[in-house]
Amino acid sequence: MTFVNALVQGILLGGLFALFACGLSLMFGVMEVINLAHGDVAVAAVYLAVVLIPATHVPAIWIFVLVVPVFMVGGYLLQRLLFQQALGSGPITTLLVSFGLSVVLENVLLEVFTANSQSLNIGSLVSGSVQVSNQVYLPYLSLIILGTAVVALVVVQVFLARTRTGRMVRAVADDREAAQLVGASYRHLFGVAAALAFGTVALAGLALGMYTSVAPSAGPSYLLYGFAAVVIGGLGSLWGTLLGGMILGVASTVGALVDPDFGAMLPYLVFLAVLAVRPHGLFPKKVLL
Amino acid sequence: MTASLLPVEAGAGRAPSSLIVTRSRRPTTWAGAVGAVGLVALAVLPFLASQGFVNDLINLFILVCMASMWNALAGYVGLVSVGQQLYIGVGAYVVLVAAQHGVETFAAVPVALVAAAVLALPASWLVFRLSGAYFAIATWVLAQVAMLFVERFGSLGGGTGAPVPGLDGFGPTALLRDTYWLALGITALAVISVYLLLRSRLGLVLTAVRDNEIGARSVGSRVMAAKRVVYVLAAAGCAGAGAIIAISQLDVEPGNVFNVQWTAYMIFAVLIGGLGSIEGPVIGSVVFFVLQQTLANYDVWYLIILGSVAMAMAIWARRGLWGLFTAKVPVHLFPVGYYVHMDDGLAERRGLSRLVMGPARVRPPSTTTDKREEP
Repeated sequence: MTFVNALVQGILLGGLFALFACGLSLMFGVMEVINLAHGDVAVAAVYLAVVLIPATHVPAIWIFVLVVPVFMVGGYLLQRLLFQQALGSGPITTLLVSFGLSVVLENVLLEVFTANSQSLNIGSLVSGSVQVSNQVYLPYLSLIILGTAVVALVVVQVFLARTRTGRMVRAVADDREAAQLVGASYRHLFGVAAALAFGTVALAGLALGMYTSVAPSAGPSYLLYGFAAVVIGGLGSLWGTLLGGMILGVASTVGALVDPDFGAMLPYLVFLAVLAVRPHGLFPKKVLL
Repeated sequence: MTASLLPVEAGAGRAPSSLIVTRSRRPTTWAGAVGAVGLVALAVLPFLASQGFVNDLINLFILVCMASMWNALAGYVGLVSVGQQLYIGVGAYVVLVAAQHGVETFAAVPVALVAAAVLALPASWLVFRLSGAYFAIATWVLAQVAMLFVERFGSLGGGTGAPVPGLDGFGPTALLRDTYWLALGITALAVISVYLLLRSRLGLVLTAVRDNEIGARSVGSRVMAAKRVVYVLAAAGCAGAGAIIAISQLDVEPGNVFNVQWTAYMIFAVLIGGLGSIEGPVIGSVVFFVLQQTLANYDVWYLIILGSVAMAMAIWARRGLWGLFTAKVPVHLFPVGYYVHMDDGLAERRGLSRLVMGPARVRPPSTTTDKREEP
């Protein structure tokens, strides 16, 4: 019965991984940038919330209303001012620049906030749960995070499919020259995609901060989990990403039944196994969306 | 470095056989002699310098060794690995395990190099299925898995690590000197290996891939084989660095040796010094090291500054400090390119040794290899 519980917890945890993966998938799908600072951006969101909560007296569960817009603007600016410059000098450069950004961000957080880990206090919500049976229970927080992930994925999908700007983002992703011919400003649209990516990853960071405590050095491991979810789910498929996140979540909780360290290791092993057998993921998709 | 094949004008009125191909514009024997003297000077340095300085130099050599290896990967064959800490850790742990089983600690270092090279072969099979960012992240995941795997062994100290046994017999001065010579030897070996590799037939492929990978493939170069050779070499080199780290720090801790920070050091040093040249990583390491020492009292600010400079260099000055310098002063300390001269009868007098005569033998290796490219 503990196995069934681990399975359920893993599926719920998948929502968190999918939130991390969503932004990565979006940035790679639109401008072929893998932002190696993705995990550190999420950690930075936690630290911004840690500063903002006492300053504004906004309850932790609602702090995303302030943090997410800040990160969306930050993402837009970072894309226009930094990644766009790097894109001009080849694909290796964006990778190196985002890696540099990751190290710089992590060390700035370390300087300002020390190496101590922080978490977001959401009061009694953290321990409440719905009891399904004797052994299986659904924590409110996990349900909220999974719900947030689903809503975020739906919003991104609807934005890309239904709005004028979203359709232009897809057009630029498909064929930049052709989109430019009909008047699309690809620099601006890349910025929009980055804003969306940073918004979702800020959400992911806040969810993480409520779920567990986060240290400045935590970024890379969540980048890797997010990336693993993208690869397992298949690039460019947002719902595949959710499934990929759930597979990783289950690997993590089931592995933790053996021992906690194995819980950290098993998702990576699943990722490597998928790479070895199907490098294009389990549910590959040719175009974005 | 530059493979400058100067265009030969057809109307020059000479038969093609009157061409001379040399490795450099001017004789470079003096550069080799200066290099050898420098190496000897570095070798006797522990008898003259203070222990603190010798210790600093060990750390500098570790950096030069790692940076040269990372440069061989990213600068020539376009493999951006973010997981070279895998081989740092493997090198350190092979030394630890061998020492725990009674092998003399310094004798375990060659074992570490070979073990890393052997491990790199199956690892390359896995990560070479991917390219670009996928490759980068897969190497990182491999390093993470290796760390979590090693932590499961209680005999290796689990998550907290273990001291390297067998180093108590040395006096502190003797140990420092031996470590220094080990570091100097491995680093010199790493730099010279890259140099010899680039001068070999494979080196031509590597330079071609650096300049244009699709072009290199299209003329039939065995790009995949070249990449694998470089990946294995870089694994061995980083394992060497890891072995020095284990011996100089006297203990091995998984969170330290498998830390992505090592790769950050390599990347920053290479980007600052210059990607795609032998001199670049060496110069970048020195700059990195000097800044690190200067800002030692300001926690991790040196990393923040170096990271920002490295990002700027990657965007605006791709060939780094060395590239900016050679753009003004055309010197190449390591002659790995080719120059084609008209045989005006003066070449011999200028002291240029003839490398290849006649155009028939000046051709890329591709024309002789017709084996199918690996997928």
